[in-house]
Amino acid sequence: MDKRNNKAWLYLLPAFLFLGFFMIYPLIDVFVYSFEEGYNSASQTFFGVGTYNYSYVLHDPYFLQAVKNTFILVIITVPVSTGVALLISAGLNSIKPLKQMFQTIYFLPYVTNTLAVGLVFMILFKKTAYSDGLVNLLINMFGGGSVDFIDGPYWAKMFVLCFYTIWVVMPFKVLILTSALASVNQQYYDAAKVDGTSKLRTFTKITLPMISPMLFYLIITAFIGAFKAYSDAVALFGTDLNAAEMNTIVGYIYDMLYGNSGGYPSYASAAAIILLVLVLTITCINSLISKKHIYY
Amino acid sequence: MKVVLQNLTKTFPSRNKKVHADVVAVNNFDFEIADGELIGLLGPSGCGKSTALNLICGLLAPTSGKIFFGDDDVTALPPENRGVGLVFQNYALYPHLTVQQNILFPLQNVKGADRLSKADMLARAREVAGLVQIDELMERRPSELSGGQQQRVAIARALVKTPRILLLDEPLSNLDARLRLQTREELRRIQRETQITTVFVTHDQEEAMSISDTIVVMRSGVVEQVGKPQEVYDSPVNLFVAKFLGTPPINVFKGKVIGETLFIGDDAVLTVKGVTNREVYVGIRPEGFTLADSDAVSDNLLRCKLNRVEVMGRDVSVVSTHAASESETIRAIIDAESAPSFNAAEVGFTVKPAKVFLFDSRTEKRVFFEV
Amino acid sequence: MTNQADYYKLQSAANARRTVGKVIIYALLAFWALMVLFPFYWMVLSSVKSYGAYNSEFIPKFFTLSPTLENYVSAFTAVPLGTYFMNTLIFTVATTVIMLFVTVFAAFAFARLNFRGKNIAFILLLALMMIPNELVIVTNFVTITSLDMRNTFLGLILPSVTSVFYIYLLKENLAQIPDELYYAAKVDGTSDLKYLFRVMLPICKPTIITIVILKVIECWNSFVWPRLITDDASYFLVSNGIQEIRENGFGRENIPAMMAAVVVISVPLIALFLLFRKKVMAGVARGGTKG
Repeated sequence: MDKRNNKAWLYLLPAFLFLGFFMIYPLIDVFVYSFEEGYNSASQTFFGVGTYNYSYVLHDPYFLQAVKNTFILVIITVPVSTGVALLISAGLNSIKPLKQMFQTIYFLPYVTNTLAVGLVFMILFKKTAYSDGLVNLLINMFGGGSVDFIDGPYWAKMFVLCFYTIWVVMPFKVLILTSALASVNQQYYDAAKVDGTSKLRTFTKITLPMISPMLFYLIITAFIGAFKAYSDAVALFGTDLNAAEMNTIVGYIYDMLYGNSGGYPSYASAAAIILLVLVLTITCINSLISKKHIYY
Repeated sequence: MKVVLQNLTKTFPSRNKKVHADVVAVNNFDFEIADGELIGLLGPSGCGKSTALNLICGLLAPTSGKIFFGDDDVTALPPENRGVGLVFQNYALYPHLTVQQNILFPLQNVKGADRLSKADMLARAREVAGLVQIDELMERRPSELSGGQQQRVAIARALVKTPRILLLDEPLSNLDARLRLQTREELRRIQRETQITTVFVTHDQEEAMSISDTIVVMRSGVVEQVGKPQEVYDSPVNLFVAKFLGTPPINVFKGKVIGETLFIGDDAVLTVKGVTNREVYVGIRPEGFTLADSDAVSDNLLRCKLNRVEVMGRDVSVVSTHAASESETIRAIIDAESAPSFNAAEVGFTVKPAKVFLFDSRTEKRVFFEV
Repeated sequence: MTNQADYYKLQSAANARRTVGKVIIYALLAFWALMVLFPFYWMVLSSVKSYGAYNSEFIPKFFTLSPTLENYVSAFTAVPLGTYFMNTLIFTVATTVIMLFVTVFAAFAFARLNFRGKNIAFILLLALMMIPNELVIVTNFVTITSLDMRNTFLGLILPSVTSVFYIYLLKENLAQIPDELYYAAKVDGTSDLKYLFRVMLPICKPTIITIVILKVIECWNSFVWPRLITDDASYFLVSNGIQEIRENGFGRENIPAMMAAVVVISVPLIALFLLFRKKVMAGVARGGTKG
């Protein structure tokens, strides 16, 4: 056939080597691992084949805790971050002076190291022997009692985790939504204005439907992102997330691989596949809903 | 509803950072639109006609001057309180709503006592849909409509809340040539039926002339002339208006009046009483030429080199050149029966005085003469 | 019709509403700006307070009158922050450069060359785009461990190189270049490689920049893989370094020094961002919307 035939594969070779070795092979392997019972990573031997790994993981209280945490995180951060981002983007688009400055500031968390800035959040929220921390100071000012957000009650910790997660994901959403809002043709707004449409109605009946494709895209990626939460939690609560009751599904996978309770790639594989199924299900539901609401 | 524009001016800050002078988009507009009239704002692009439209509807606030609807001063009123309907150049139909929902949209904005019941809203929407003849399309979405249909929907949406003034921004520019003619008639019909004062903006002089009761010719923010289309055509106040109106366009020559005789080049073509010894531009409408017998010896002949003769049916178009002409060729439209012999090298024209306009060579203002 | 007095009322009401609206919007925007900036301010502030001063403040002060740089000194001396920094730099540069070569060649093959099995290969590639990293990390961990590549740069870099999405992004961009250019170059006797580097890549510079920006940010912040694959602190990247500092850091809970380390880690990316603000934001928006 074509003379260039062989050459093309030469160009593709590096990509295929990397992909084959670090993506395709592992992809197949992870399914294999997840069904190999009693796999020993040192001797690379196993006893038998079956669904024991799944059953172990699904009965592991740490895993159930991680699933619960992840779900709470998803349910709180996805709507709140999307809603707030929408509000901020709409605000940004309706002003002229200082707009660029605000945009620049809002983007900063995107280019910061999650682990590093997490530390700052930790000291802002942490209650220690010598100081209650800044956030508690504010709470005290309004007459509340100090709470230890880092080593204290479950919901206090969950609050900080959600807050930090929202802080971290906001830049991307604001960026995307601001450009989506700006791309709505000004004529629609003029038409609405001439027709005496109220601000709220213009927003819900014109703006939202017009940016709905972008909005749904953001929501889907937000779901996927929140399901894979891990670094934020480590940044706030340290690497021993199980002890802090703040582990996430991804955190559980890594802990199973390596760390204090590590050395069980089979359990990790089973957990990873359960995560995949969860994410796929949610994504499917999302796209089904979005198909119903997007007309063009 | 009568509309009065009083010394209306709109300036924009200059975009060019080096030039600090403001851009004057609309300069001292001062005219009146009679009740029930269809008025065309006409001018080349960038002349400020769209700005003028936006001032009337309230999307822009004037820098100075006043706007009256009837006796009400609406200058500072936001658009929603003015009672205007606006049709956008690209129609601005909401793509996610059906035709019916689009038409209902303005009615659903109304709050309080003036809000119609659901049934009344629907009835009203059907009524205007009937007026613009889109009853069959109510359940479709804009993307499923042709350009002409979309435009009707846009008009219906503008009319549904019975505005006091209807404003149209380049209503025909997005339609193809055939549809444009058709829609032109349609617009005229709708306007007649509703008797609503209508202002539309266009850069197409033919369009403006054919349907307007009155046209307003604009250039760089200034109103050059206001009048009935035929009046403006027959008596332009300056060279710009003369050139802007008419297809094919007017033929312009450099000329001289010596004594009371008008010379184009070396040809003495006309006796112009009341004008003496000055440099002028001479505008002659294409229909202002009469072919002289080729061998006739006449004093008042414009002698041109014949290029070609284009047959247009009833008429023929004689294309020729003349040294004093401002454009490359001169176009004369004459009766097919008096067409020149095609192989003649030269043609001589006599001109009809009513179709000849003189303009000052410096100010380009009309110089009137008597025959 | 309505009389003039009503009009003035309507008009002043509209004006008042507009003003109130603007005030609310600016207040909201300023509030969120404060939320974003405050942690940065706090981190810089804490980093210049002395250890003694910081710990003596039961009620934290919002400013300091005696700023000190001693924490920055101890950040580089008491913990091997410099090593973490160099490691991250090496990791980021190496990964990005290798990724760029792999991506450019693959995208070029898909966009420009014809070969048997191209469609199937491309579909396979698209399918891979949906595979979450968490799924393959298990095996990669086992592979790298059994290859004895833990605590090596190779072990860190190799699995981080491939990004299917970037190949896709660049391929789409390269494919938009008209074929005529290619034929013209062929007629002039230009080789494929020369055409790629002299014509296609310059045209697609914005996409290349996007990819580099995204990858650099990704590398600089990467935490999970390095955490799995390194337990020798001399191979830690900044993310792991900061975690290490937090848990076993300065021998005592030395928050000002910790904050100094955080500042040092945060500055390069922020500086890079402020320098190429428009490009970074446009790049992230592009990379985001096409995914």
